[in-house]
Amino acid sequence: MSAQPANPANLANPASRDWPLFEVFIRSKQGLDHKHVGSLHASDAAHAITLARDVYTRRQEGVSIWVVPSNAITASAPEQKAENFDPMASKIYRHPTFYDIPAEVGHM
Amino acid sequence: MYTQAIDVGPVDATASRSTTPQDDEFLKRIARDEKIEPQDPMPEAYRKTLIRQISQHAHSEVVGMLPEGGWITRAPSLKRKEILLAKVQDEGGHGLYLYSAAETLGVSRAELIDALHSGKAKYSSIFNYETATWADIGTIGWLVDGAAIMNQVPLCRCSYGPYARAMIRICKEESFHQRQGFDIVRTLCQGTPEQKAMAQESINRWWWPTLMMFGPHDADSPHTGQATAWGIKRITNDDLRQKFVDVTVPQAEFLGLTLPDPDLKWNAARGHYDIGRINWDEFRRVVNGDGPCNAERMHDRVKAFDDGAWVRDAAAAHAAKAAARYATSPDTRIAA
Ligand SMILES: [Fe+2]
Ligand SMILES: [Fe+2]
Repeated sequence: MSAQPANPANLANPASRDWPLFEVFIRSKQGLDHKHVGSLHASDAAHAITLARDVYTRRQEGVSIWVVPSNAITASAPEQKAENFDPMASKIYRHPTFYDIPAEVGHM
Repeated sequence: MYTQAIDVGPVDATASRSTTPQDDEFLKRIARDEKIEPQDPMPEAYRKTLIRQISQHAHSEVVGMLPEGGWITRAPSLKRKEILLAKVQDEGGHGLYLYSAAETLGVSRAELIDALHSGKAKYSSIFNYETATWADIGTIGWLVDGAAIMNQVPLCRCSYGPYARAMIRICKEESFHQRQGFDIVRTLCQGTPEQKAMAQESINRWWWPTLMMFGPHDADSPHTGQATAWGIKRITNDDLRQKFVDVTVPQAEFLGLTLPDPDLKWNAARGHYDIGRINWDEFRRVVNGDGPCNAERMHDRVKAFDDGAWVRDAAAAHAAKAAARYATSPDTRIAA
């Protein structure tokens, strides 16, 4: 073999540009929600659907695909996790198990 | 085949010296077996270690398509061609899952691909050995994918969420890879004496390189302690290698094949098989670029990428045109 491992100086095509990133959501079967399964780069949304089909549904994992440009997603800030979600910990009266129902009353 | 969870208990938070209050908090989270997600604070060294490990792993999946890809057209039946095609396609998908996980740590796909193509990044030493016979395709599935599964199952519980999720997806697909390989070797072993000899010759070449896939002995692995403290590594190299040997020896016996290690024997006191000395000089040579096929693999990988440039350009041009059309007439929207 005369080929040498390439080095940065002789990379003919540096992969300088990435296609935009898309998040992929799959409905695994009719009647269920679309669920996030991963992400991929594609030239546009239609291309992303095609690639998502090839990558994420090879074993009948899905009946429908959504793709969303990753930069269109707004996420809650991790540093606000406590103030956002901790207050719910003390509100156990929002759950049915908080209430005692006498056995004589039966199922409610 | 091996995709069951392996419980090794919570990691030790005190095993690593921490420097800042955030690092302390981070190690406490790891000790509680909490997952770390992309936006969470994390020590810079943890982020860098993960980028290196996940991208090396991704490169291995992608380069791993090359030794098998050449056999797709030469596989002995339509059924074997379809199976091998599906397997190689899976490996490409594994590369994608892992690159995506690495990108959540703030590195671009382009940087990662350039690092592979420039020879800066490493990939698994095993893919620098040649696939000279059809039996090698069976051996790769049975032994190489089998060893990969051993390595990967504990990673499904790794502390970094995107990496763990990618590994769960990968492990689900890997067990088909190992079984189809075992099926090829078993068919050869039940065939003519020449076919069985072909299987044996293949095992003779692949056994030791497969054992090297688990990496250096624990005593020579300086980073294991840190990776363990960070919840990245759950089981040591030697323990994983031992598990692999212990399950594989009976499989070889079932097939009527011998493993090329005169020192391989059951140690009743330990409850494990003992193995002979691994040739670490060979391992270092192959990892550092001087294996039988390193140059060929990199040449083929870079060529495939360069040959695909016009397809990527065409896709980009098509996307630009479609976007322009959509801007003038929203009715032509293609993906709803
Ligand atoms: Fe794989
Ligand atoms: Fe595999």
